[in-house]
Amino acid sequence: MEGMAIRLQGLRKSFGETTAVAGVDLEIRDGEFFSMLGPSGSGKTTVLRMIAGFEAPSGGRIELAGQEVTGLAPFERDVHTVFQDYALFPHMTVEQNVAYGLKVRKVPKAERLVRARKALAEVRLEGFGKRRPSQLSGGQRQRVALARALVGRPRVLLLDEPLGALDLKLREQMQVELKALQREVGITFVFVTHDQEEALTMSDRIAVFHQGRIEQVGTPAEVYERPATPFVASFVGTSNLLEGESAHRIVGTPGTYSIRPEKIRVLKESAEADQPEHATAVGTVAEVVYLGDATRFLVDLDAGGRLTALQQNLETSSEDVAAYRGTRVRLQWHRRHAVAVPVPD
Amino acid sequence: MALITRTAGALHRRPRLRLTLLLTAPLLWLAVLYLGSLSVLFVSAFWTTNSFTSEVVKVWSTDNFHELFTVPVFRQVILRSIGVALAVTALCAVIAFPLAFYTARVAKPKWRPLLVVAILTPLWASYLVKVYAWRLILSEGGLADWMLKPFGLGGPGYGLTAAVLTLTYLWLPYMILPIHTALEQLPANLLDASADLGAKGWRTFRSVVLPMVLPSVAAGSVFTFSLSLGDYITVQIVGGKTQLIGNLVYSNIELNLPMAAALGTVPVVVIVLYLLAMRRTGALSSL
Ligand SMILES: Nc1ncnc2c1ncn2[C@@H]1O[C@H](COP(=O)(O)OP(=O)(O)OP(=O)(O)O)[C@@H](O)[C@H]1O
Ligand SMILES: [Mg+2]
Repeated sequence: MEGMAIRLQGLRKSFGETTAVAGVDLEIRDGEFFSMLGPSGSGKTTVLRMIAGFEAPSGGRIELAGQEVTGLAPFERDVHTVFQDYALFPHMTVEQNVAYGLKVRKVPKAERLVRARKALAEVRLEGFGKRRPSQLSGGQRQRVALARALVGRPRVLLLDEPLGALDLKLREQMQVELKALQREVGITFVFVTHDQEEALTMSDRIAVFHQGRIEQVGTPAEVYERPATPFVASFVGTSNLLEGESAHRIVGTPGTYSIRPEKIRVLKESAEADQPEHATAVGTVAEVVYLGDATRFLVDLDAGGRLTALQQNLETSSEDVAAYRGTRVRLQWHRRHAVAVPVPD
Repeated sequence: MALITRTAGALHRRPRLRLTLLLTAPLLWLAVLYLGSLSVLFVSAFWTTNSFTSEVVKVWSTDNFHELFTVPVFRQVILRSIGVALAVTALCAVIAFPLAFYTARVAKPKWRPLLVVAILTPLWASYLVKVYAWRLILSEGGLADWMLKPFGLGGPGYGLTAAVLTLTYLWLPYMILPIHTALEQLPANLLDASADLGAKGWRTFRSVVLPMVLPSVAAGSVFTFSLSLGDYITVQIVGGKTQLIGNLVYSNIELNLPMAAALGTVPVVVIVLYLLAMRRTGALSSL
């Protein structure tokens, strides 16, 4: 059996009147790249801060590697944190920042230096050791924070939106590097983000947070393809729900269904369904958005409701696309891609 | 109108010129008043007096400065004054740090502005009132005596210790305020990060809090040090027979103005040296 790096049971936290975390149960495996995904204010940071020990839970327990740590101080837990704003010590050099955790743990000076240099090399910052944090770019600071947290080889690394402050290009580059680094060092990463794409591309598993609770835990494919709640369906990927009467008429059975936009083909209204396992619906194109590599169609269905369809621009160009607005189309998808979403009562 | 717009535009493009124009008047004023009087002081220190008539003789000589370093009384008083200023500064720092730590980080945020006001209130009372209050406290059978009696001790009475205590009380707010500000602005994240990396409270204090607040301690010390060095009234009221530089300047003004001037340059030079030393800690940029 695989070991559990973290186990949360009934974890709760209130700040006065506001309930930030309203009962979270979660198990994170050893060596996993685990993401906590959710909108702003959904309680991700608060959960992370309770795991690190900065915040005392109002209820519930926290276990790290099978040991209860609920009441322990941060310095008594084998986890390190990469803060959203990096929290580098401004009065220390990069090297001193990285070596700080080792110094605190009384690692001899010579070894400290060697390990700090090695950690800086791991994040590709050789030769920056003598600089101050203020003399680095955002991306470089981010790497220093990473090196500082990794150098002590904790069992778990907590990362609170570590890429949030970086521009898109750098963020994409760091996503790849971070993932590679995690594979290399084999440490459990708990990664907080509100960017669903980031969570989908990097994680082994994702927990989707909503209003202080977890709505779904699963692999990126599970969360994306089989959303467990309407919230997950709309937060992860583009919101595309068939509900109520129109769902009944189009799908055949009442309920709420989620269909991913890229699963829907846009055909001429006169086209016939290719195969019996295909479902179709006719409607009018309300809006066309040219995205470069693809085009997004917003279609108002005759049966009621609106669906978004995403088509690769295999042959079409931006001029053709504009002509679609206001035309009648038939949407078609494979029945198994209309996923019934349980609606909580 | 067009001219104004054009001028404004030109000034906007030349921030240095703008700054120069803006600062010329106050800087001139400052230069004339401040540096002018300082140089008058400095120049007159090189004159001498007729010892019978006490009249100033405008003949260039370095005798006064020579005397400062050779006459034992002068040397003693100068060293004593510097010692008092250093002692007051050290005491202020030691007392101010825990107070500021309390007001900036321990007290509930809603009480903090009130506490800052409480720290400032002594500054609104008259200097003399405060010093005479301390004269009462330190008098024979006064509050200090009364409080120390149960321990078999007595108050320090009037003298050097009393002067140091009173000066410490007077200048304490100037030390608390910069430390309070620095502690308040210390990002909580840094303390979390330190604990996260395994540091206990004391370690975090030594390695993170103290180094980051030290420039502000130095900034506060510039106030306490120079205010103490320049003071001569407190020591007259509670210092007994103790003499500091200020007292010597005062007593020489009538009899030997050039000597008073020479004495007066001593604190100026010492403070400049002190500022230079403090500049290395980064204190001046946090003033
Ligand atoms: N120290 C605090 N005092 C009072 N309320 C707080 C505190 N910290 C968090 N909260 C509240 O708890 C809720 C959850 O906050 P949290 O920071 O965990 O959200 P988050 O999911 O990390 O959001 P974001 O993506 O914006 O960082 C919010 O409503 C927030 O206002
Ligand atoms: Mg957050």
